[in-house]
Amino acid sequence: MANFITLFDTYNWDNTLESIFSKTTVEVENALAKEKLDLEDFKALISPAAKPFLEQMAQKSSMLTKKRFGNTIQMYAPMYLSNECQNICTYCGFSMTNKIPRRTLTDAEILKEVAFLKAKGYDHILLVTGEANKTVGVSYIKNAIKIIRSQFSNITIEVQPLDQEEYELLIENGLYAVLVYQETYHREEYKKHHPKGKKSNFNYRLDTPDRLGKAGIHKIGLGALFGLEDWRADSFFTALHLKYLQKTYWKTKYSISFPRLRPHSGGLEPKVEMTDSDLVQLICAFRLLDEDIELSMSTRENEIFRNNIVNLGATSISAESKTNPGGYTVEPQSLEQFEISDERSTEEIVKMLKGQGLEVVWKDWQHFEAIEE
Amino acid sequence: MNNILKIADKEFTSRLFTGTGKFSASEVMKEALLASESELITVALKRVDVQNNEDDILTHLKQPHINLLPNTSGVRTAKEAVFAAELSREALGTNWVKLEIHPDPRYLLPDPIETLKAAEALVKLGFVVMPYIHADPVLCKRLEDVGVQCVMPLGAPIGSNKGLKTQDFLEIIIEQSNVPVIVDAGIGAPSHAAYAMELGADAVLVNTAIAVSKNPVAMAKAFKMAVEAGRMAFEAKLAPIKSKAEASSPLTRFLN
Repeated sequence: MANFITLFDTYNWDNTLESIFSKTTVEVENALAKEKLDLEDFKALISPAAKPFLEQMAQKSSMLTKKRFGNTIQMYAPMYLSNECQNICTYCGFSMTNKIPRRTLTDAEILKEVAFLKAKGYDHILLVTGEANKTVGVSYIKNAIKIIRSQFSNITIEVQPLDQEEYELLIENGLYAVLVYQETYHREEYKKHHPKGKKSNFNYRLDTPDRLGKAGIHKIGLGALFGLEDWRADSFFTALHLKYLQKTYWKTKYSISFPRLRPHSGGLEPKVEMTDSDLVQLICAFRLLDEDIELSMSTRENEIFRNNIVNLGATSISAESKTNPGGYTVEPQSLEQFEISDERSTEEIVKMLKGQGLEVVWKDWQHFEAIEE
Repeated sequence: MNNILKIADKEFTSRLFTGTGKFSASEVMKEALLASESELITVALKRVDVQNNEDDILTHLKQPHINLLPNTSGVRTAKEAVFAAELSREALGTNWVKLEIHPDPRYLLPDPIETLKAAEALVKLGFVVMPYIHADPVLCKRLEDVGVQCVMPLGAPIGSNKGLKTQDFLEIIIEQSNVPVIVDAGIGAPSHAAYAMELGADAVLVNTAIAVSKNPVAMAKAFKMAVEAGRMAFEAKLAPIKSKAEASSPLTRFLN
C-alpha cells in the first residue's frame, strides 16, 4: 500500500455505516471476549448493539489502561500562537470570514505565556495556530519551537498540514509530535465545511500522517471533529487510519483525541449528535482495540465527564486551557476559538487526580539527540 | 541468606531489582521499593528532570542502600542511547546504565542490532552496561563478547504480566552465560519470579506487577519473599522431577 488514500478509496461511507449498524449482540460478546481485536470487532463495539455492554467495556478499558499506563495521567497545556487564518471552516471561531481582531504573538509575548505555563508546572506543550502562510508559516513555527525548547521537554504542534521536508526541518529543531485531525472522513461533507483556503484539499490533509511518518516524527495525533458527520463512521475511519499507520510507520507512536463541536462566535449546530454515553463507548472501544494508544481529553468536556474519564481510558489531559492567542497573560479578554467547558485551575485538576489515586506525569520525554543551536 | 550477587564492582544482597514507573504517587513508590528491599532501582531518564536537584522521583529514591540504574527508554537508535547514557552519567553521577532500545513504541521490543552496537560503544566509554534484550541466546553471547556485565532477557512483552513465555530460551541463556542473567519484563506474579530464580536466573527485575497492584507495598514484599525462596531452592538443588516410580524389578540386575 503506497499511502492511506489508496486504502481509503477502497471503502464506501454508506456501506461502512450500514455494516456498523448491522452488528449483533453476539458479535459484541465475541469482541469483548477477545484479547486481540480487529476492525470488525471495533465496529461491533461502537455499534448500537454494544450499548447494553457499556459498563463491561468500561471495566475492561480501565483495567487495560492501568496495566499499560499505570496509575498515572499526563498533563499538557495548549498555547495558541495566532488566530490568523485564510481558511473558511464552518465550525471554527477563527474562520477567515469571522470579524474578530487577529493577532499573532511576538517572541516576547510567547515567552510571557511560557513563563505562566512553566510556573503552573507544565513541561509538555501544544502549540496551536491557524493557517496563514505569510504570518504563521514554517519559519514562524520553527522560531517558536527554538525559543521555547529549552523550557519544555515535549513540544507538539497543531497547525496547518505541511510538506515532508518542512516536518523534517521542525523535527531537527526539536519538534516531538503533530496533531492533525481529519475533521471528517466524509469527502463530500468535508467540502461543505471547508469551502475555501488550502484546507479545502481533502486528499492533502488525509495524506498528512503519511508525510509525517516518512519524516520520522515521534508521535502523530489523529481524530475527527464529532458533530460534522456520523461519529461511528468517522471513528471507524480514524481506526482504519490508525491501523494502517501503525503497520507502515512502526516506530511512531499514536494518540487519538475526541473533540466534540463546541459553541463559538459564529457557531454551527452539530448535524449529528454525540451523547456522553456515545463518547464513553467510543473511548472504551479504542482502548479495547489498542492497549497502548494514548487517548487525550481536552477541556472541551465538562468537569463531571473529565473526573470520570481519567479512570476509564484517557491517558493525557489539559487544564485551564485558553484557546485565544495570548489568552493566559498577554490578552486574556480576546475571543476564543471555542468555549471550554471545564474551567478549573491546574491546581484543582491536580488535586482531583491525586484524590483518585492518580499520579500526575509532567515530564515523559527527553531529547536524546543533539539539536543544532 | 542467599549467595551474594556480584555485577561489575557491586555486590547485591537482594536479587530483586525494581523500577519506578506506573505508581499512583511518589510516596507509594518509595514505600513499596523500601518494602522490596531492592538495592538496584531503574529510573527512566525521560521521566526525571536531570537539571533539577529536587526532582520528585529522584528525591524519593535517596536512600543509602539504593543504587540508581538509569535507563534509556525512549531512544530509538544506538547513537541516541550513547547520548542518553552520557547525559545520565553526567547528571546522576553513575556509570551504570540499563540499555533499552525499543524503536517500536507499542510492544517496546528491543532492537538487537542497535543494542549490540550501543553496548559495544558504551563498554568502551567505561559504562557498566545492562542490556534489555529478547531471550536470544546467540545475542547474549555476542553481548558478552563486547564486554557487557550482565544480560537482561525478557520473559514476555514488557508490562504484559504474562510470566516466562520465553522459558526454553532463558534456560539456554542461563546454561551458557558467563555473566549474570537477569530476567526482565513480563514477570507478573511472585510465582513467576520464584520460578525464574529456580531456573537459575541470577536476579529478576519487576515493575508493573508491583506498581499496578491494589497494594503495592504488600506486593513488593511478596516479590521479595518469592525471589529469596526461588534462589534458596536453586542453591539447595531441586529434586529431579519424576513421572513414574522407579521400577521394582530392574532390568539390569543380572549384571551383578
